[in-house]
Amino acid sequence: MDNILSVRDLRVDIPLAGGTLHAVRGLNFDLARGETLCIVGESGSGKSLTSLAIMGLLPKMAQRRADKLEFSGIDLSSAKNRQMRSLRGDRISMIFQEPMTSLNPAYTIGDQLTEALLLHRKVGRKAAEARAIELLEKVGITAAASRLEQYPHQLSGGLRQRVMIAMALMAEPDLIIADEPTTALDVTIQAQILRLLVDLQREMNMAMILITHDLGVVARVADKVAIMYAGEVIESGSSKDVFTAPQHPYTRGLLRCIPVPGKTKPGEHLGSIPGIVPSLIGKTQGCAFRGRCDVAIDACAHDIPERASVEGHLYRCVHDNSQTQFSASGEINTTSQSEGRL
Amino acid sequence: MIYTLKRLGLAILVALAVSMLSFTLLHLSGDPASAIAGESATDADIAAIRAFYGFDRPLIVQYADWLFSALRGDFGESYYFQLPVAQLIGDRLSITMTLGICGITFAILTAVPLGVAAAVRPNSMIDRVALFISVMGQAMPSFWFGLVLVVIFSIKFRLLPPSGTDGWQNFVMPTVVLGYYAMPAIMRLTRAGMLDVLSADYVRTARAKGASEMRVMFKHALRNAIIPVVSLSAVQMGFMLGGSIVVESIFALHGAGYLAWESIGRNDLPTVQALILIFALFYIVFTFLSDLLNAWLDPRMRVG
Repeated sequence: MDNILSVRDLRVDIPLAGGTLHAVRGLNFDLARGETLCIVGESGSGKSLTSLAIMGLLPKMAQRRADKLEFSGIDLSSAKNRQMRSLRGDRISMIFQEPMTSLNPAYTIGDQLTEALLLHRKVGRKAAEARAIELLEKVGITAAASRLEQYPHQLSGGLRQRVMIAMALMAEPDLIIADEPTTALDVTIQAQILRLLVDLQREMNMAMILITHDLGVVARVADKVAIMYAGEVIESGSSKDVFTAPQHPYTRGLLRCIPVPGKTKPGEHLGSIPGIVPSLIGKTQGCAFRGRCDVAIDACAHDIPERASVEGHLYRCVHDNSQTQFSASGEINTTSQSEGRL
Repeated sequence: MIYTLKRLGLAILVALAVSMLSFTLLHLSGDPASAIAGESATDADIAAIRAFYGFDRPLIVQYADWLFSALRGDFGESYYFQLPVAQLIGDRLSITMTLGICGITFAILTAVPLGVAAAVRPNSMIDRVALFISVMGQAMPSFWFGLVLVVIFSIKFRLLPPSGTDGWQNFVMPTVVLGYYAMPAIMRLTRAGMLDVLSADYVRTARAKGASEMRVMFKHALRNAIIPVVSLSAVQMGFMLGGSIVVESIFALHGAGYLAWESIGRNDLPTVQALILIFALFYIVFTFLSDLLNAWLDPRMRVG
């Protein structure tokens, strides 16, 4: 399969008064058309900065470096602003976390939906509006035509996120980056919105990067999973491999935090990972997780090898964990509908 | 539509309240009859004047009488000039209006671009220059700045006339002085608003759509950032009309502000009353217009 996005050694540094914050430290992944990559991690693990780095929308002070950052044959790391602009909203689009504030309060839904299409394609207003209505219907909004005249404040959070999804799809992008698209929503509609996003992604055969800290979501939709911890991917592989045979102690810890239908008894304590994410300011060496890890040894403070348990399933740990079995309580059913959160 | 009607109703009520208040205050500030009669007048003279002008009637009757005449455009006769007040104010007002409109236009046209530029690159050279200009504007008294301009442009280079109302050249320096006075506040508010809006999520959304920086700035950001600036400008505009006395006297532009100041000294009640009412009406009209403009800019305000 041809990769639409190829990332090698992506780094994001933010210079601060107390030293440089290494927010993203050497990310690698490939993504093909039609595939979904889920990036999972705690707050501050560098997930959102990764997506902004791909979009070229990092805050001004952040510095991006990469050995390779290639989108469908275009080298994004050397692309000029003008070229990035022509890609954004056309071939790469993004859905943000906050539907309440991500729409401009001063313009109608119709204005904002059609904007990307009018910017990138030689289409008239009428054609753009027709496309907007078509997409609003596709994302399950009733009375789509009359919505074009409405303003964001007249819509609920769930509707706004549907509008954001429709907006991202206007120009039929090749890659869609969804940064925690359901986090700000009511739990009851989180599943609906996610289902919708995944269905549309499959229907339009787009590549998708879904950033989330909801492992239940990942198990349902991901083809590939990358677990991020402190700016690094500590484990990555196919969704099936990572969920059935997690290798890194952090991933194992995460999976223990989710209840398993039929196995976790009511009232039983779920797992938790003690401690907090370490500071990423200044020089970092060794495994960032060692301070919270049960099986840490002295060697964890030095360079960590990258190991493969099976083809394409990589993890960074001093231990060769492929021999040790993951404790039974954490076995995860990849088809589970659990809504476990970190 | 409902919003507009509501605002309009409110504006009329405010105008009525202002007229009532100003009328009452002026009559409480002293006996108008003795003021007109002068210091050497006898009690009989004062009583005659009081009867002639109707000051002996209850205040509420006097107010109603004045209000209904005013609604017909009749503000009475000036005690000092012995001329109808409406006629007296007419010419003066057009000078003040011209000056006020030019002043606020100058202020907005300089303040908004500077504020935007300063917000786009905070702490840059442009930001510092803008800050310097606004601090200067805030700190410099209008009369001094006006005189400096006269020294430079009228006396040294002989480019502009120092006084009078003969042509547009007469309005250049007064406009700059008056506008510069209103500029700092508008600029700082524009800068603060833009800084705030530029970090908003919807600005990032616009960038994610591939909008150019110009489009992001002027279409997505400025429209939201400018809303408080509109309200402030309306207040500044009202203030300029009433408060341009200093500028009017430096450049010998005999406008309404100057007339008000003179009339207060002369105890010329009908003129002062009419001017207060007109200035208040201007405030009210500008506030009303700025409310409408803001409702157009921000749909959330249209709920009323």
